[in-house]
Amino acid sequence: MIQAIAFYLFAFVVILSGALTIASRNPVHSVMWLILAFFNAAGLMVLVGAEFIAMLLVIVYVGAVAVLFLFVVMMLDIDFAELRAGVARYAGIGLAVAVALAAEVMIAVGAWSAGKIDLTRRVAPVDPAMPNIQAIGTLLYTRYVFIFEAAGFVLLVAMIGAIVLTHRERSGSRFQNVARQNARRPQDATRNVQPPVGQGVQL
Amino acid sequence: MVHYLVVSAILFTMGVLGIFVNRKNLIVILMAIELILLAVNINFVAFSSYLGDLVGQVFAMFVLTVAAGEAAIGLAILVIYFRGRGTIAVDDVNRMKG
Repeated sequence: MIQAIAFYLFAFVVILSGALTIASRNPVHSVMWLILAFFNAAGLMVLVGAEFIAMLLVIVYVGAVAVLFLFVVMMLDIDFAELRAGVARYAGIGLAVAVALAAEVMIAVGAWSAGKIDLTRRVAPVDPAMPNIQAIGTLLYTRYVFIFEAAGFVLLVAMIGAIVLTHRERSGSRFQNVARQNARRPQDATRNVQPPVGQGVQL
Repeated sequence: MVHYLVVSAILFTMGVLGIFVNRKNLIVILMAIELILLAVNINFVAFSSYLGDLVGQVFAMFVLTVAAGEAAIGLAILVIYFRGRGTIAVDDVNRMKG
């Protein structure tokens, strides 16, 4: 009973916040609704026992991606009211496509629940004795270790790409010249002087 | 199970609708793509739990990785585009038409 209530709560809030993400006028509000949607999706995933993915969703999406969105929204000085101007022009066709898509997916769900598709093969059956995180780790570091490494490379390439894309040389700022600094020797840079008493040192 | 699939279908549709409705605002389009990927992840996890097969969750993790990378690269491109043009309206993106 409590599971059903939790499911409907999470499902309702995730759909509502998804709708408000695409519908709100202010992109900052959009990001906030997106965060709420991710939190509730994480709740949905906890309900079916996928704790690891739920935590990953909260950490990666809410902690990193949403903050990145927020940074970009606040960094760019954009007149969002002007961007909203043409909404009505595409709302009709967008709604038509969305309704068609939703109907198709739900028909597919209905067809699937009618049976007749062989879903009995298990690639990696769940071991009830193992906690979710341990089971995923066992699978991830053995059978899927190469794909895991490839995912790491994807992230590395994304990071380097983002840095390279947004990096720019500022004119007028002064940087450390490491080679010149290392090439400097004490005997070139300092000298001994014995100034007479009462006179200063000429530098 | 079917409930989960319906929720994910609605969320997916919402993402597609978001791309159409916010034709001009690139940031919201990226957010709509994130919604679509979230719906895909819910689907993966629901099937994984229903079938008792962990591969769905492993794959959901990879989808998440790609989504994070995509968001980073997309926003970086958005930032340099804004720097060069001073606008992010999608309708103006036609320089590469030739």
